[in-house]
Amino acid sequence: MKKALVSIAFGLTASLFATGASAQATLNSVKQKGFLTCGSNTGLAGFGVPDAQGNWTGLDVDLCRAIAAAIFDDPTKVRYIPLAAKDRFTALQSGEVDVLSRNSTHTMSRDTQLGLDFPTINYYDGQGFMVRKSLGVSSAKELDGASICTQQGTTTELNLADYFRANNMKYEVVAFATSDETFKAYDSGRCDAFTTDASGLYAERLRASAPDDHVVLPEIISKEPLGPAVRHGDDQWADIVRWTHNAMLNAEELGVTKANVDQMKTSENPEIKRLLGSEGKFGEAIGLTNDWAYRIIKNVGNYGEIFEANVGEGSRLKIKRGQNALWTKGGLQYGIPIR
Amino acid sequence: MQTAVSQAPSPKRSFLYDPNVRGIFYQVLLVAIVSYLFYAAATNAIDNLQRARIASGFGFLENTAGFDISQTLITFSAAGSTYGEAFVVGLLNTLVVSAIGIVFATILGFIVGIARLSSNWMVAKVSMVYVELLRNIPLLLQLLFWYIAVLGPLPQPRNSVEMGAGFFLNSRGLFMPRPLYASDVWVVFAALAVGIVATAVFRYWARKQQEATGRQYPVGLVTLALVLGLPVAAWVVLALAGANPISFEMPQKGTFNLQGGMQVLPEFVALLLGLTTYTAAFIAEVVRAGILAVSKGQTEAAGSLGLKPGQTLRLVVIPQAMRVIIPPLTSQYLNLTKNSSLAVAIGYPDLVQVFMGTVLNQTGQAIEVVVITMGVYLTISLVTSFFMNIYNRRVAIVER
Amino acid sequence: MSTTVDMFRYVRDENVEASPPPNLARGPIAWMRENLFSGPFNTILTLVVLYLLYVSIPPLVEFLFINAVWTGADRDACRAETAGHPVGACWAFVIDKINYFVYGSYPATERWRVDGFFALLAIGVVWLLWLRAPRRDLGAVYFFWLFPLLSYILLTGGNWDFRDSFWIGFIVFSILLVAGIALAARALKTSMRAGLIVGIGIVAVIGITLALVEIDWGLEHVPTALWGGILVTLLVATVGIVFSLPFGILLALGRRSKLPVVRLASVIFIEFVRGVPLITVLIMANTMLPLFLPGDMTVDRLARPLVGVAFFASAYMAEVVRGGLQAMPKGQYEGAMSLGLNYPQMMILIILPQALRIVIPGIVNTFIGLFKDTSLVAIVGIFDLVKTIEASRIDPNWAAPTISYTGYAFAAFFYFIFCWGMSRYSLGVERRLAAGQRH
Repeated sequence: MKKALVSIAFGLTASLFATGASAQATLNSVKQKGFLTCGSNTGLAGFGVPDAQGNWTGLDVDLCRAIAAAIFDDPTKVRYIPLAAKDRFTALQSGEVDVLSRNSTHTMSRDTQLGLDFPTINYYDGQGFMVRKSLGVSSAKELDGASICTQQGTTTELNLADYFRANNMKYEVVAFATSDETFKAYDSGRCDAFTTDASGLYAERLRASAPDDHVVLPEIISKEPLGPAVRHGDDQWADIVRWTHNAMLNAEELGVTKANVDQMKTSENPEIKRLLGSEGKFGEAIGLTNDWAYRIIKNVGNYGEIFEANVGEGSRLKIKRGQNALWTKGGLQYGIPIR
Repeated sequence: MQTAVSQAPSPKRSFLYDPNVRGIFYQVLLVAIVSYLFYAAATNAIDNLQRARIASGFGFLENTAGFDISQTLITFSAAGSTYGEAFVVGLLNTLVVSAIGIVFATILGFIVGIARLSSNWMVAKVSMVYVELLRNIPLLLQLLFWYIAVLGPLPQPRNSVEMGAGFFLNSRGLFMPRPLYASDVWVVFAALAVGIVATAVFRYWARKQQEATGRQYPVGLVTLALVLGLPVAAWVVLALAGANPISFEMPQKGTFNLQGGMQVLPEFVALLLGLTTYTAAFIAEVVRAGILAVSKGQTEAAGSLGLKPGQTLRLVVIPQAMRVIIPPLTSQYLNLTKNSSLAVAIGYPDLVQVFMGTVLNQTGQAIEVVVITMGVYLTISLVTSFFMNIYNRRVAIVER
Repeated sequence: MSTTVDMFRYVRDENVEASPPPNLARGPIAWMRENLFSGPFNTILTLVVLYLLYVSIPPLVEFLFINAVWTGADRDACRAETAGHPVGACWAFVIDKINYFVYGSYPATERWRVDGFFALLAIGVVWLLWLRAPRRDLGAVYFFWLFPLLSYILLTGGNWDFRDSFWIGFIVFSILLVAGIALAARALKTSMRAGLIVGIGIVAVIGITLALVEIDWGLEHVPTALWGGILVTLLVATVGIVFSLPFGILLALGRRSKLPVVRLASVIFIEFVRGVPLITVLIMANTMLPLFLPGDMTVDRLARPLVGVAFFASAYMAEVVRGGLQAMPKGQYEGAMSLGLNYPQMMILIILPQALRIVIPGIVNTFIGLFKDTSLVAIVGIFDLVKTIEASRIDPNWAAPTISYTGYAFAAFFYFIFCWGMSRYSLGVERRLAAGQRH
């Protein structure tokens, strides 16, 4: 009754547009709606960016597409809601989005104090600096006294303060509300250096009026494990997000690709059989069909494929795999076994 | 309606017709609805906060901030300062830009407002175009324009424009010497205070003299001499005595930027320019309306007394126009203060940018932060209105 | 006698030399002498202004028109080194992005719906603002009910999915409401007919509204995240005006009410909202509104600032309307009461029509302020015109030195045309009203 009254009270203005998410299990509500709402970046090349036709692409976007593929066998059943850094967690908390996949750093305070869960890490990153080549700076240690443009309300801003304090250097911070404003200010010469996650530096450099005039410094001053976030307390939904990423990792490790996944279905390798659902009932255990991983790989691809296509050599960003290589190749991406 | 008329004389009127009863009913209904809405909002908020495990309470103001701010009037460092101090920094920045903006906007606004009524056709038209253009374009757009307009042509620090006397200009802002005070600087300030008091006394005496004898004294010159001359004299005397009370720290070229001295941020300049020019357009209209409200007979009478046009304006028209001008001028001052919150768009660390931006994001305590910020603006509004009302009453009483 | 002379010490004691006879010459030179060079001071002023104009106007014209680039596919057209000539405003950029500036990311095939919204809006505005338009009462019904409803269906697609139980509930509610009104009318021994007409009217309006949004019009659903540009700017302004006028009237009446609680509540609301900057209201709507709603309810991202803008504009509108109410002579109230009209009748039939008419200029001025303030929604991440320009100017395909200036010039031009037009209109109405007052 209380809720009914409140909805009437606010309803006149607000509920005309209200989208009814519900307290029930996220998976059920997603199935009922027929699509997944995914909180995405407002535009970060390689991770989440709409093209001219409004289609979203990127590494983080592909995770949403993979989740949609696992649920609906259709990666297009996703509705993207672009979120600024300062709005992203409230949007997730309030149920506006089902999953937040927009290069958010997994930290303890966010995990424990904001009512969020970070089921997995889909990109290991660290904060870096970009400067103009003409400055002749080759190390972040030489930035004593520099003006630095950063985005407010991010861990970046805090890391920056820590780093300069630890190295006993002075700096002038210029903080802006959005990444667009921040980068534009740097590009127009307001600051000597621009700082954000290293992946973001490569992405933003593409937008500079003369990309070749800028150089990314070698220092990485922080750990930025970036991953999707979900609301705390819905374990089934967290499992789905976690295993979607792990399925893509396992697929890469086992050599299952978008192209050969149909042939692989006949493989005798028990690990591949479990992954693709011909053995065991792993999909049903998380509320999906047993061919959930097959759907992901068939529709979206394995981790290596989406990495290369969005941020790796197949993209304009040309980021090396580095820490994001599989553990078998010296990286940190470690597919948890499906068994 | 006919029934209503025929009902009126009926002696068996229901008590529901009693306007007092109805009034009480409506008020009770309103109180019930409003308190219900507040209750529902509060319980929902508590519910949501608990579910999301968001901390609540004002304890966060004591926590270490951990971020830096570009313009700080009090000492502030990421390591040692709290969110509470960040709040103070933001508030001071808001007040500084508002106060300076109000001064400049008033000056420019009066000039443009008077110019609109100028007998010089070209001056009148140009000021009209100024007013129409600036009033009809959103302030946000003007700020964004000023920001790139200020930033764009300025050189990188290495090619700083040297303006002499320790003043430099580059894309990091305007640099100037920072005064360093020695311990006996109090003498200079004391001289300044004496100068101000003496000026006030002299002005009072001069007015009395003029009223009594009609003789006019060079008030402006004497004011200048007293207010500026005395402190400078004190300074010179001290310096000659070998104890220099004020020395200047000059900006020096560093690796990236000029080191030392005082720095005025480009964000501050852009915000100040935007607020000043925009608000001046509104003040000009207020001034124009005020002057037009003074009857033409006053100007003609002043002219026939032999006052020059400038004197007429200063001694006859403006004092009377002030009565009409003050109330709308107050709301323009308040608008300027409130509009300074648009600083957030160009990265000037005002209250909204620092507190409602960074602090809100770092702590996630939306309710507390929003309540504090709104409370501050509300307080500024109420206090300003209060003082302006007092002043207004003083000006108005003269009317008799 | 001498003492009295002393008192008038400012009066000259000899005659001033007679002024020369007025210059009867006409023509531009005489005009200029009179208006531009009528004395040394004026001459200096004129020269200074002329110099200022000389410094500012030719470069501006050169930038905006002479050196402007009108055609081109990407940034090469607008960079001096590739274009081979000095480059002013890059209008080619605006032309290339114009669809984005107008519609945001609204799907290309569905953009006729946005055009439809613009047309509906234009009809409503003309109907209400043209003082001699026919049936302006119907215009109000159109603008405050039919137009928002049709626009909503057109822009979002409508097609709400009510359950059958909802309609059953609605019918029960309707019957109860009408029965309640009938009972109340009986208890008060007033005309049953009037009460029933009002009750059935309310039910019918709500019913038709709900039925229209439920019907599947075959329009594809377009989520608000895709809306943008001028569409959103006009939408925010429209929502502001549609909500603020009725709500502002209610608040103004509340502030003038004899009931202390009602008055206090209205004063607190009005003064609170007018005391804080819009941007804080928008941030509050953005971050706090979701917290105040039950956990399973969310409000659309676009709707949040709309709620904020509607409240904000209402408070300002309330003060304008209050001015009109206060300007009504007391005789109007007394006359209405002596005719036996009750409070609502008095307000609706006598006072408000007159009070609102005299504050039309004030309403339009508030609306101009509101229209300019819509640009602030960009700060909370809504893609209005300013935000689409901000987003476009960092497109690397168009990275050129004058892109930002061009984008801002375009936006400034857009806002100026609208605001200046409205202020001209308000001036015109003011003059007509003043003329009406004279006879």
